[in-house]
Amino acid sequence: MIKIITVYGPMLLIALGRTLLLALLGLFFACIIGMIFGIMGVLKNRVCNVISQIFVDVIRGVPMIVLAFFIYFGIPYLFNTIIGGFSMNLTALQAGTACLALNCGAYMAEIIRAGIQSVDPGQMEAARSLGLTYSQAMRKVVLPQAIKTMIPTFINQFIITLKDTSILSVIGFPELVNTAKNVQANTFMSFQTWAIVGIMYLIVITILSRCAKMVERRLNVGR
Amino acid sequence: MKKRLISGLLTGIMALSLVACGGAADSQPTAESSDAASSSDKVWKIATDTSFKPFEYTDDNGDFVGIDMDILTAVAEDQGFKYEVQVLGWDASIAACQAGQADGMIAGASITDERKESGWIFSDGYYDANQSMAVEASSDIKGFEDLSGKSVAVKTGTMSASYAESLAGDYGFTVTYFEDSPTMYQAVVGGQVAACFDDTPIMASNIKDTGIAMKIVDGTGNDPAAYGFAIFNADNQELVDMFNAGLKNIKSNGKYDEIIAKYLGE
Repeated sequence: MIKIITVYGPMLLIALGRTLLLALLGLFFACIIGMIFGIMGVLKNRVCNVISQIFVDVIRGVPMIVLAFFIYFGIPYLFNTIIGGFSMNLTALQAGTACLALNCGAYMAEIIRAGIQSVDPGQMEAARSLGLTYSQAMRKVVLPQAIKTMIPTFINQFIITLKDTSILSVIGFPELVNTAKNVQANTFMSFQTWAIVGIMYLIVITILSRCAKMVERRLNVGR
Repeated sequence: MKKRLISGLLTGIMALSLVACGGAADSQPTAESSDAASSSDKVWKIATDTSFKPFEYTDDNGDFVGIDMDILTAVAEDQGFKYEVQVLGWDASIAACQAGQADGMIAGASITDERKESGWIFSDGYYDANQSMAVEASSDIKGFEDLSGKSVAVKTGTMSASYAESLAGDYGFTVTYFEDSPTMYQAVVGGQVAACFDDTPIMASNIKDTGIAMKIVDGTGNDPAAYGFAIFNADNQELVDMFNAGLKNIKSNGKYDEIIAKYLGE
């Protein structure tokens, strides 16, 4: 245990940093993707609804490990071999970010759609009858109420995504789990290694959950 | 209507779980009685890797085969012990042996002093292999000098990983870790990495059998080391002794050469 901490500690901390970087990048793009498809899901426009639903169904219907292999190995193969002509290679970080962003984005789209739809339709009707336009009513009346209900689910999704970065160890990105496997292989101390890694995740996720809870309380003051 | 559906579902689930419990309860005594009948010979649990062609892999018929599997069968036959193979993967095999969930492992494990110091107990070597570098078939990488600034793939915790690590500093390349050989080869062919390091017979057999677009770079091999059957708990020394005795016998009666010829050919 001591040996792992003294010899491999710095290596594991760097790996933890990479895990956080990957999670933050993934979450950032996931928010954008989620917002776009979530809002497309509630617009009064059949085409937008269908596109949003297809995106969610496809991404949610594929396990992340398959998505990771597809993005990292499949897309370059498609471009280089089947379409041919030019080479396109993603780094493991780019592929990992794309994978997390798509996966988490699909769930966020559903959270956003459900959040908006959970607001009583009477609110929208009342706002419209007071003379607000659709977008004004959305921004000033519906969204503020919807966002409050979405926050706990969002936090949950953030934490799930942070842990899902471990799946990307399969494409060789040296995040925490990939590095831990390496430490374990070098030291043959698997239980100690995984215990340390487990504690590292636990600390980071607990800190983040506490921060998120604080934000949630702040935002709920008006309720 | 809805209530009916839910209650129907619940009844179904309960019925299923009852059957499952009943099944488990039924099978327990039979397992015990078969144990009692053959209590003299223990069933040894042997862990192995999932894919390390031609030493262990799943063939076209879905059977788990390979040099390691055949040697184990031949040795067990010769020594008259029973065993059960657990296909766990490399890392998990080591962990299972350390935890006592498995008694020994056979997975093309190279016998090294470093491993012996950290608790592995090896049998006599059953196959000599070295590690070398392979690149994509049309690549113009001719040796380690061409790797500067590039990234190479290795399999976590293998001899080839330590070999690549030992060269990384001198030649200025980075090492990327993958879980199994197929993923690693995929990364080489797909251009995600410039080269990979793996055991020479494994790569040669894969290139020959699958026609994967890779070539082994001449002059990149290290000194060969022997593969050994391994245990992690001195109480299982009996298993290693049986393996050694059996290995000696199958080497002298020609069975061993037959197995090697079957997988590695002419």
